[in-house]
Amino acid sequence: MDDRAAPQSAVFELPKVDVMMDTRDLLAHAKKDTEKLQDYFVVDADGHISEFPFWQDIISRMDNDVYRDMARSFKDRPGSPPGLHNAVPGMLYQDMFGRIPHQQRQGEDAPAQPHKMVTLTQRAMDTMGLDYMVVLPTPMLVLGMHPQAEIEAAIGQAFNAWMVEDMIPHEPRMKNFIYLPFNDPDACLKEVEKYAANPAVLGYMVTSTRYRAVHHDAYMKVYAAIEASGKPITFHSGFHWGDESMKQCNRFLSMHAISFVYFNIIHMTNWIVNGIPERFPKMKVIWIESGLAWVPFIMQRLDSEYMMRTSEAPLLKRKPSEYMREMYYTSQPMERDNLELLESTFKAINAETQLLYASDWPHWDFDLPSSITQLPFLNEQQKRNILGLNAAKLFNLEVPKHKLGKANPGPVGAAAAAQGVRLVGE
Amino acid sequence: MPDIRVGKFDDIADGDHKIYATNGREVGVFRVGQNLHAWENHCPHAGGPICQGKIFGQVGEVLSPGKESRGLCYTGRKHIVCPWHGFEFDIETGKHPGDAHTRLRGIPVSVKDGDIYLTFNR
Repeated sequence: MDDRAAPQSAVFELPKVDVMMDTRDLLAHAKKDTEKLQDYFVVDADGHISEFPFWQDIISRMDNDVYRDMARSFKDRPGSPPGLHNAVPGMLYQDMFGRIPHQQRQGEDAPAQPHKMVTLTQRAMDTMGLDYMVVLPTPMLVLGMHPQAEIEAAIGQAFNAWMVEDMIPHEPRMKNFIYLPFNDPDACLKEVEKYAANPAVLGYMVTSTRYRAVHHDAYMKVYAAIEASGKPITFHSGFHWGDESMKQCNRFLSMHAISFVYFNIIHMTNWIVNGIPERFPKMKVIWIESGLAWVPFIMQRLDSEYMMRTSEAPLLKRKPSEYMREMYYTSQPMERDNLELLESTFKAINAETQLLYASDWPHWDFDLPSSITQLPFLNEQQKRNILGLNAAKLFNLEVPKHKLGKANPGPVGAAAAAQGVRLVGE
Repeated sequence: MPDIRVGKFDDIADGDHKIYATNGREVGVFRVGQNLHAWENHCPHAGGPICQGKIFGQVGEVLSPGKESRGLCYTGRKHIVCPWHGFEFDIETGKHPGDAHTRLRGIPVSVKDGDIYLTFNR
């Protein structure tokens, strides 16, 4: 523990970071910015846990006895591998071979009650100044590549039950997007309907790393149910080095930079060209963890091709970019080396109303709330919208009165109505 | 502000570093041979605790005379790596290896009678 409360003249030695460091100490530098966010409403639309340390708890929630016993049988193998999961641990290079300890393992001491995962999440939320965090899995982001659709469905069902029924009740600030086992449309429909009325569930998540055409007719019943629920569908991207194109990349950097964008570009293109927004006009869509630079790129590509080949997208009544401008995007990992380009991107996607702050904590390329507050081209209200008020509207979250901001003078109720958000207790 | 004594030279092994907090400032002191280099514990990327990270050898790539890759190697220089996101900086120059404009803020450091002193100009 460092000791910043010590007398001014004292000298203290600070520890080196390792996998055992407490999250609050590791993020101590962020705390300085957090103190400036006291009257901001901050929603993290994409935070994570590492589910493998809790794998036995998760698979115990499998409804199917046979799959549950199959998964449990791995417990006695050397290293107790996460039974039935398709991750390739030896090629998880995100921690840069020990350079980023918290990506290696969060080994810090934390009470087992109510649950270590809950405590780790609370520590991150408190240090970053978050009102809510959408808590999502990590290795399961590649579960869509599992060769057995039935196993994806069994793991997805178990994780959803564990997260929503066992974990979130301990901490109301934790929220969730339900994992959709997209290789099994019937199983997806079951999960959508099961959680449609659960207020802790803010949406449904398709992990983008998969080879499934999102416009296939098998998904129309799923989309209809999602639209009826009023909750958004989300596409959370990821990487897959085994992809034939990605195999050309010899470094994790190269593959990672392209792969996250690649999958969402494909899904976005199929989504638009096949007129899914026209078929389900009330369904809200969020694109997660591909950064933002890809959005204006594919907007321009699709608009250009569509204007010449309109006959191939007969369901569209507008340009692709116009549909895309009505979708939602999460901010991380935000490309900010060139602020002029970033500002143009913000304009292209209507960031003021469509962008949702996301941390991706505890992953190696996480973004703090300061990634938004420090942008020089945003005004105060735009920062508040992106950090939390856009999410409050989209997810119907209650906003404390003192976090409405000062942009709308007059009665608090009128300010809330003007911003389209609900106040706590009203 | 007078120089502040933060520790003893002999307490830092060659190639190692220590991080001190004093007067609201945090500074990493790195020893290379008989020389010390001191850098503010603030990563220019996102404000992370850069000096509390680990020291890694700078990675290079060996090319044959015909410009064919012969694999990765250590160059012999040392980098401090930010534990938040992995930005790395030469411990002697404070510069990012790929962008000399992205660099750590140096703090004057000296040794008197075996003690390490930091000089804060503001």
